[in-house]
Amino acid sequence: MRSQSRIAFYLLLTPLVLWLGLLIIIPHIDMLLISLRERISFGVYETSLTQYEKALTEPLYLRTFARTAVMSVLATAITLLIAFPVAYYIAKMAKGRLQQVLFMLCLIPFYVSELVRTFGWMILLRETGIISNLLQWTGLADQPVELLYTDATMMVGLVYTSMLFMVVPLVTTLESLDDSVVEAGYDLGGNGLSVLREIIIPHAMPGIVSGCIVVFMLSLGNYLTPTMLGGKDSLWFTEMIYNQFIVRSNWELGAAFGFMLLLLSSVIVWGMLRLTGRTLKETMG
Amino acid sequence: MIPSIPQSRSFRLAYGGYVLLFFVYLALPLTVVAVFAFNDSQFPSLPWEGFTWNWFFGSERPQIGVFHERGILRAVGTSAFVALCVAVLSVAVGTSNAFLFNRYEFRGKGLLYVLMLLPLVIPGIVLGISILVFSSTLANGLWDLAQMDIQALRPGLLLVVLGQFSFITTIATLVISARLQKFDRTLEEAALNLGADRLTAVRTITLPFLAPAMIGAVVVAFLMSFENFNTTLMLVGSDAPLTIAMFDRLKEGSTPLLNAVSLLLMLGSSLLALLVILFQRKP
Repeated sequence: MRSQSRIAFYLLLTPLVLWLGLLIIIPHIDMLLISLRERISFGVYETSLTQYEKALTEPLYLRTFARTAVMSVLATAITLLIAFPVAYYIAKMAKGRLQQVLFMLCLIPFYVSELVRTFGWMILLRETGIISNLLQWTGLADQPVELLYTDATMMVGLVYTSMLFMVVPLVTTLESLDDSVVEAGYDLGGNGLSVLREIIIPHAMPGIVSGCIVVFMLSLGNYLTPTMLGGKDSLWFTEMIYNQFIVRSNWELGAAFGFMLLLLSSVIVWGMLRLTGRTLKETMG
Repeated sequence: MIPSIPQSRSFRLAYGGYVLLFFVYLALPLTVVAVFAFNDSQFPSLPWEGFTWNWFFGSERPQIGVFHERGILRAVGTSAFVALCVAVLSVAVGTSNAFLFNRYEFRGKGLLYVLMLLPLVIPGIVLGISILVFSSTLANGLWDLAQMDIQALRPGLLLVVLGQFSFITTIATLVISARLQKFDRTLEEAALNLGADRLTAVRTITLPFLAPAMIGAVVVAFLMSFENFNTTLMLVGSDAPLTIAMFDRLKEGSTPLLNAVSLLLMLGSSLLALLVILFQRKP
C-alpha cells in the first residue's frame, strides 16, 4: 500500500514538474541568458550587460517603459473607481433575479475575443464612426472628428478590456459583507461616507487587491489595445518587445525588454501584496 | 447604503442612472460590431446602406460572406484544432495537479503551489517569447549536435499549443481543485472498505464527482485558447489561428466581413457559456 501510494505520488508529480520546468522555468532562464549576451560577429557571442545598458540609456526605450507603467497604474485606478459602485450595486442593492442578471451581463464581454471588443471601439470612434456622426448630427461638430489614436481612447479600451476582472472579485467580497454590520455603522452615528470608509472598503480590501493586481497585469501586458487604439505617440512596451523580436530579429535586446517587463510587473504585484499584507496564494488561489 | 437604510430619492435615481450608463458602456462596442455585420456597404461604418445577409452567405465579389471565404474558414479550423488540443491537455494535467495538491503532503509543496500560480502573473507576451527563445535554442542545439532540423520546434502550431497550455493549465488546476476540496473523502474510504482498490475507487467515485468541474474547465480552456492573442502572436508560424488572421485583416482596413465573423464568434462563445451554466445547474 505504502509503495503503491509512492508510485501514484510520482506519477502525479511528473506532469506538474514537466509543465513548470519545460514551459515556464527553463524558458525564462534561457531568456535571461540570451538577454545577457552581446553579438560580436556571426555566431560569436559574449556575456555582457550591453542590452540592459542600451535599454536604460536610450531615451525612447526608457520613456516607453515609464509611460507603460504609469498608464497601467492609471488604467487600474480608473477601472477600480468605475467598477466599485457598480459592484456594490450588484452585491448589495440589487436582489434576487435582477442581481443574477446584472452579474451575468458583466461576464458577457469576457466571453468575446479582445479583438472583437477593440474592433467595436474602432467602429465607434473612428473619423467616419458612430460618435463622430452623432456629434455632427447634433451640431456639436461641423466636420468629422477623429477620436481614435489618442491616449484617452487607449485608456477607454484598456479599462473596458479589464473591467470584468475588477467587478467579479469586488462583487464576491462585497456579497459576504453582512447588512447588519452596515446598519450598525449607521446606528452608531456614522454617515454614508464614514460607513464607506471604515466598514465597506476595509471589508472589500481582498477583492480590491486581487482585482487591481489582475487589471494591472492585463494592462501592462496588453498589445492589441495600444496598437489598434493608441496613436503614434502612445507606443506600449509590449509593442517594442514585438518589434525587436519579430520585425528586427534582435532577440538579445527583445529578451532584455521582456525581462524588464517581467521585473516591473513582479515588483508592483509584490508591492501591492506587501502593502496589504496578503500572499499570492490567498489572492490568486 | 443598503436598501434597509433610507436614501434620498435623487441619490437613488443618480445611482441607478450610473449603473445603467455602465451597462450601456459594456454593451456599446459589441452592439455596433453586431449591427454593422448587416450593412450593405464595403465599410463597417455609417452611412447605413441597407440590410443584407451577404457578409454571411454572399459568394460574389465584392461581398464574399464568411461561409465562402476560404482564409477565414481555414483559420477557424486551425483555432478549433489548437483549442481542442489545449483543452484536453490542460484539463488532464490540471486534474493530476489537483489530486497532487489535495492528497499529498510533501516537502516543497508550498513552493510548487506558488510556481503553479506564476503563469497567471507573467504577461502573455513574455510567456510567448520565452518559449520561442527556448525552443529555438533546442532546435539550434540539435542541429549543431546531430544535424537534425526539427521543424516542430520552429514557430508553428505545436508552439502555439504549448504556449497557451502553459498558462491555461493553471486555470484548469484552480477550477478542478476547488471542486476536489469539496469532496467528502469518506465516500472513497467506503468504496475501499467494500473491497475496491484505490484506482477503482477514484475512477468510480471521485472522477464522476469531479466531472462537472472538468467539463467546465474544458469549455473555459477552449474559449481562452480560441480567444488568445498575445502568446499566440509570438509563436505563430504560417498557419494563423482566427484571432491572428482577423488582426492581419484589421490592419489592412476592415470590411463588414470581420463584423460577421465577430458576430458568429459572440454567438458561439455565448452558446458554450450557456451550456456550461445549464450543465452546472443540474445537481
